[in-house]
Amino acid sequence: MRSGWQRSLLLPLCVTVVLSWSLLPIAWQVTTSLKPNAELLSLPPLFPSAPTTEHYRVLFEEQSFHQSLINSAVVSVLTTVAALVIGALAAFPLARLRIAGKGMFLGVVLAASMFPAIVTVGPLFVIIRALGLRDTWWALVISHTSFALPLTIWILTNFMRELPDDLYRAARVDGCTPWQAFIYIFVPLCRPGFAAAAILVFLFSWTEFLFALTFTATEASRTIPVAIVLFPGIHEIPWGEMAAASVIVTVPVFVLVALFHKHIVLGLTAGAVKG
Amino acid sequence: MPEVRIEHISKHYGDAPVLHDFSLTIHDGEFFTLLGPSGCGKTTLINLVAGLDHIDSGEIYFDERQVSTLSPKDRDVAMVFQSYALYPHKTVAENLAFPLRVNKQPKAKIESEVRRVSALLGLAGLLEKKPAEISGGERQRVALGRALIREPAVFLMDEPLSNLDAQLRVQTRAEIKQLHRTLKRTTIYVTHDQDEALSLSDRLAVMDRGEVIQVGTPEEIYRAPAHLTVAKFIGSPQMNMIPGRLMPGTPLQVDVGSTHIAVCSSELPEQSMEPEPREVIVGLRPEDIRVQQASKGQGARVLDIEHTGSRVWVDLVWGDHRVKALAAGDLSITRDQLVALDIDPTCLHLFDTRSGDRLP
Ligand SMILES: Nc1ncnc2c1ncn2[C@@H]1O[C@H](COP(=O)(O)OP(=O)(O)O)[C@@H](O)[C@H]1O
Ligand SMILES: [Mg+2]
Repeated sequence: MRSGWQRSLLLPLCVTVVLSWSLLPIAWQVTTSLKPNAELLSLPPLFPSAPTTEHYRVLFEEQSFHQSLINSAVVSVLTTVAALVIGALAAFPLARLRIAGKGMFLGVVLAASMFPAIVTVGPLFVIIRALGLRDTWWALVISHTSFALPLTIWILTNFMRELPDDLYRAARVDGCTPWQAFIYIFVPLCRPGFAAAAILVFLFSWTEFLFALTFTATEASRTIPVAIVLFPGIHEIPWGEMAAASVIVTVPVFVLVALFHKHIVLGLTAGAVKG
Repeated sequence: MPEVRIEHISKHYGDAPVLHDFSLTIHDGEFFTLLGPSGCGKTTLINLVAGLDHIDSGEIYFDERQVSTLSPKDRDVAMVFQSYALYPHKTVAENLAFPLRVNKQPKAKIESEVRRVSALLGLAGLLEKKPAEISGGERQRVALGRALIREPAVFLMDEPLSNLDAQLRVQTRAEIKQLHRTLKRTTIYVTHDQDEALSLSDRLAVMDRGEVIQVGTPEEIYRAPAHLTVAKFIGSPQMNMIPGRLMPGTPLQVDVGSTHIAVCSSELPEQSMEPEPREVIVGLRPEDIRVQQASKGQGARVLDIEHTGSRVWVDLVWGDHRVKALAAGDLSITRDQLVALDIDPTCLHLFDTRSGDRLP
């Protein structure tokens, strides 16, 4: 047993360390995005003497930034939808049916999700060029989906496995085809699983950099993470605008996690408690 | 309401045979029970009848219709599961309506049917609740209602009462019986509780390890268990099993070590001709042995006395054997007392020691 003062001190201390570690860079970006140009590269002041929204204004006047936002949103949403639909269709038989080699298949799926993206980017590039998809949304949607699928399948399979066998049997006796049982019973009951998978996939696609950098060439398909990196002009680096853009990109991440953090934890730990 | 014929069915899971060459006929409109210990294949069989699993070989007929290869929705069966299997995300009303909705019935009909079934089962006040918000007994009714609403040809129930507490179980049992009397649907009911099986069934099959040992009315099975396993399974408290020897001659007697019991000779005409004594198991139901004050007759010592309200059971040492018996109504006895046993020779059950078969 630890004595009281140690326990009451240790937890706040750890939390403070972890929070500072992860939040300070973001705080830094926020203050930078609000500093006038003159103060950007100097320290002190730590906080802007006169906070300005100038960088945000400049950013939103830029047509290419709008386009990148749209690109990012479209790619992330399409990726999420594709991953969930395909993932659910794979998870249902994996969870429900007796198939030989099911365990091995799931193992391979999990192993595939451990693959570093850099290994696949070369071959993928060749494929995408051969398909004539370079510099389109589809190049990113397809590559992101393929990369997000293992985790999606894993999460949804675990969720569907938790549902009692009798529910499926009851649905079948009540007159459902396997497909109807899936749509009427399994999909609604796995909503938390879908939510968890959706958020994780969306965030992955929203922040993904390597594929986005490799498969895009112009504003037509460039997503925000790449756009930010390509901000620097020939003569100057627009730190203020870059910081502002980073903040804007981070906002949906914050909102999603804040709203759904319960689902995320639940989704990642499904199956851990029972069997 | 069809007759259900199960013909030479086999079913394996991996290498383990669960059912082998299994045949059974359930009559039109009958309440038929499958009774057997846990793991004997009852659920497997009822799943095969429902079409929830594939048959390895054999056929199932509903009247003349071969249903073995039909999917559940084409068989017109309804099923109540042990776990109830209510859809947790749907309200009670939606659960009840689900079979009709899947079968694309008109809205007006669905509503009136939900009203009818909920009134029948006393669920009217619960329609808007979710399964998690109602009690176990109420869930059981919803499960029953969801099966009833479609008016299926065949009802299947897999241990529907085993998750209820004792009082509710007896009450719901009576309701199920009443429902069957009203609706007269062919019903296959699965249980491991002999009490339930005896009180509900028109006929029942006693199963063990994937085989039917005896089929008959509750009375037939209670009065003349065809095999030791059935005898052990039916009746509570359990039948006394005493090893003994059937002695030739008249009057016919069994030798149970310390004493002889007369056998009603009309029951065993052929055995009486046997020249040699024959090893048998003597089955005596506790309720067929009366404990009386010792004056004459067969002496036994009282080990323990068990009051169960209306009846008093007595554990006894009788020669080399321990037996349970019923105390006569007004008898006052104490432990270690010597008492007499009054055995009705017509109530004796004799089983072959080796095969376990009943001696006719
Ligand atoms: N899906 C299955 N896979 C493997 N074995 C099974 C399966 N279902 C049942 N069994 C086996 O079949 C036997 C009969 O099971 P079951 O029909 O559930 O028995 P009961 O309902 O009479 O308790 C048991 O030994 C069980 O282990
Ligand atoms: Mg069972």
